[in-house]
Amino acid sequence: MQNNFDDIIDKLDKGELWDFPGGVFPAERKTLSNQTPIAKLPIPERLYVTVKQHIGVEGHLIVEVGQKVLKGQALTKSMNPFAVPVHASTSGEITAIHKHVSAHPSGLPELTVQITSDQDDKWTQLSPMVDYQNQPKTKVLAAICDAGISGMGGAGFPTHIKSSPKKDVDFLIINGIECEPYITSDDRLMREHSWQIRQGIDVLCHLLKPKHVLIGIENNKPEAIEAMQVACRENPNYRVCTIPTKYPAGGEKQLIQVLTNREVPAQGLPVDVGVIMHNVGTCFAIADAIFAGKPLISRVVTVTGEAVEKPSNVWALIGSPIAHLLTHCEYKQTLQKQSNIIMGGPMMGFNVSSDLVPVVKTTNCILAPTDNEMASNNEQACIRCSACADACPASLLPQQLFWHAKAKELDKAQDYNLFDCIECGACAYVCPSEIPLVHYYRIAKAEIRVEQEDKQKSDKARDRFEKREARLIAEQQARDEKHRLAAEARKQAMASNGNNSKDKIAAALARAKAKKQALSEVDDKAIEATELAPANTSEQTAKAEVAEPATKVASSNQRVQAAIARAKAKKAAAEVTDINTELKDKDDASNLKDEQLKQPQQHIDVKKQPNKVSMSTKTVVTDSIPKAVETPPTEKPTITDSKQAKIAAAVAKAKAKREAQKAANSQVAAEPVSAAKVDNIKTVSADELVKTEEQQIDMKKRRIAAAVAKAKAKKAAEKADKSS
Amino acid sequence: MSLTFAILTALLAIGLLALIFGLVLGFAAVKFKVESDPLVEQIDQILPQTQCGQCGYPGCKPYAQAIADGDEINKCPPGGDATIKKLADLMGVEAKSLDAAHGQEDIKKVAYIREDECIGCTKCIQACPVDAILGAAKQMHTVIVDECTGCDLCVDPCPVDCIDMIPLANNASSWRWNIDSIPIKQIG
Repeated sequence: MQNNFDDIIDKLDKGELWDFPGGVFPAERKTLSNQTPIAKLPIPERLYVTVKQHIGVEGHLIVEVGQKVLKGQALTKSMNPFAVPVHASTSGEITAIHKHVSAHPSGLPELTVQITSDQDDKWTQLSPMVDYQNQPKTKVLAAICDAGISGMGGAGFPTHIKSSPKKDVDFLIINGIECEPYITSDDRLMREHSWQIRQGIDVLCHLLKPKHVLIGIENNKPEAIEAMQVACRENPNYRVCTIPTKYPAGGEKQLIQVLTNREVPAQGLPVDVGVIMHNVGTCFAIADAIFAGKPLISRVVTVTGEAVEKPSNVWALIGSPIAHLLTHCEYKQTLQKQSNIIMGGPMMGFNVSSDLVPVVKTTNCILAPTDNEMASNNEQACIRCSACADACPASLLPQQLFWHAKAKELDKAQDYNLFDCIECGACAYVCPSEIPLVHYYRIAKAEIRVEQEDKQKSDKARDRFEKREARLIAEQQARDEKHRLAAEARKQAMASNGNNSKDKIAAALARAKAKKQALSEVDDKAIEATELAPANTSEQTAKAEVAEPATKVASSNQRVQAAIARAKAKKAAAEVTDINTELKDKDDASNLKDEQLKQPQQHIDVKKQPNKVSMSTKTVVTDSIPKAVETPPTEKPTITDSKQAKIAAAVAKAKAKREAQKAANSQVAAEPVSAAKVDNIKTVSADELVKTEEQQIDMKKRRIAAAVAKAKAKKAAEKADKSS
Repeated sequence: MSLTFAILTALLAIGLLALIFGLVLGFAAVKFKVESDPLVEQIDQILPQTQCGQCGYPGCKPYAQAIADGDEINKCPPGGDATIKKLADLMGVEAKSLDAAHGQEDIKKVAYIREDECIGCTKCIQACPVDAILGAAKQMHTVIVDECTGCDLCVDPCPVDCIDMIPLANNASSWRWNIDSIPIKQIG
């Protein structure tokens, strides 16, 4: 149940406060450093400005290596509302933009702008906004954002976002508690700059319009309380509240509880209970940004610890390496067994990995303790004393959390509200077994965060995988559909153009038929020829039949006879050509003869090769073929005739070739058979020649007859083969 | 007579009831049909969704289905022991160690294409189960690091071997606390 505003004011008027559960009372040790005013440091030679110094996203770099920058010049810029720019802390040259060890417990290198100072410390053009009350809120917020202001208490939340809530604000609480031991930076700031802090509060009031402003300061800082009371005297709405010293009263949720008895819900924000809280350092920076136009480039840092000779507060430029601060405060490493520098307080701070770690916007303390200041790390088993539960300001059960965090039972740890742990370290402080409890919680928290990130990533991956699958299936379907449609279209086209295709088929069939017919015509002609000259063929066969027994009787006689016949045939051919040339047109005939003679000659040459096997048959064949071919010149030299003659010649050649092959085969089988065959052919060709003499009129027919005769001769040869 | 009638009435009444309930159940079966096996969905939620196929199934969902059908729960190297533990809890079986036959738990990696060597063959794009590779034919390809599950499936198809699996850089936000706390000692 949320407390009523009026009840709260009533109670505050009475000077009463609430309390938060738990809490511890560590040694304060603040007097080490709060005795001297905030010192100004010389400008360090090199500054390392980390690009990301707040919660959110970093901006884009707008400078490059080698560029000269002026003090207060912005180094990054972004349109993202969660991005806060960083600025050059002094004038100089950018010598590098690289990864540099960061002010983070991990010490992992992060993108950093390295500025080499020119020691001039020359400011860039500043644009103060003195009449902020007449300016629209968005402009004031933009000015705060552009000044790079993020929460300076610890978390580094962007101030301009915190200052533009969507809900009504009852209380603006200014946190000047500074509850951690050793740290005195806010104390000194309030003592020395209370007026400027009040100016910053004025700006925030203009933006937030809170009903009441509470400035919480622990009662161990009386000077600061006094200074703030003086500064806020004029405004009755500003109330400086003195808070009893108890660690961690400075925790946001704890301070809200102390001042208003309102509890910030788990996973909630203070604004959910009508409260906005800002650190005093942030108020100072806001005043600087609005009234002087200066961006956040320096802050108060407490350099303390017993290993430091002159512990004090210093104005440190953002980006100064802590070594620079430690040198100024005379850090003596010899007082430590091993180098041990802590950034932040002893309760919540972390060891830095290098003395080149830069000061960032949230750095409030550099602690260099001697060995006897720090407890030894001697972890023992948990004895279940529950002292931690009593000390926990968030009313958690640290021993249960420890148990589950150690066993990696992250679900159960979350059941015990691990994420409500503010990591104040009170439990570890009271633990008699010296268990570094917060350490375990941090590891568990980090693991849970990583797990959640993985979960998000895997959900995204699943989503993408499923979408891809769906897409692939859809594409496949689309392809199949396309193919189906195309096939259908083809079928349809075929059906509609069926006549055409049928016609085509019919045409093709007709063509084939015509071809066949032509072939058969040729055959018919050949038959006709054989019919026309039955006497010749019968004579031939008769002669062949006569010759056959003769060959069997005496092969030598045959050879002589063949030679005579050949000579005769040659003579006859010569005679024929003579007569023809006399009768016909000389030119035409001779031309054609030349052509036709050349061709057969070539073909004969070609044929010679397969015939190499048997010389005798070859000679016979070559004899007979020229004879058959030589006859054409006597025919009428028409183009068609010549063509047909060529065809005939080709056919004859083919036949002769086949014959020659057969002859070769037969010769390999038996010599006498081939001789007989040779005679056969010879006689046939001789007869043929005689025939040509007789039938000079119809050359075509005679040529066909010659072919037929050849075929017959072949047959005869076959017969001879068989008979042999 | 009366006995026969009584038996008949009883039979009829029971038969009628059976019919009515049968209809109601049949209607309910159609009306309140469960779309898919919720167990498969639950298993799928646990699996790391790298879609790497190291389990022998073509993706996390098929493996989830296989587990629901009784397959072993220790075949997922990217999920590692954490996933096996969760699956064991869900399935009510004993958690086993990872089956080495399917690979070993490895640090998280993402694919990286050496872009000057890429010939733009699109083979890796086709292999990527989560569409995390950007590119076009004969154009340079690149991996969208945030989307890459590190499944390794793009490495083999690359004809010029220009894909490396590089470990994810450790940054401050993914860093897991690993320091000792700084306890303060009360003195004086």
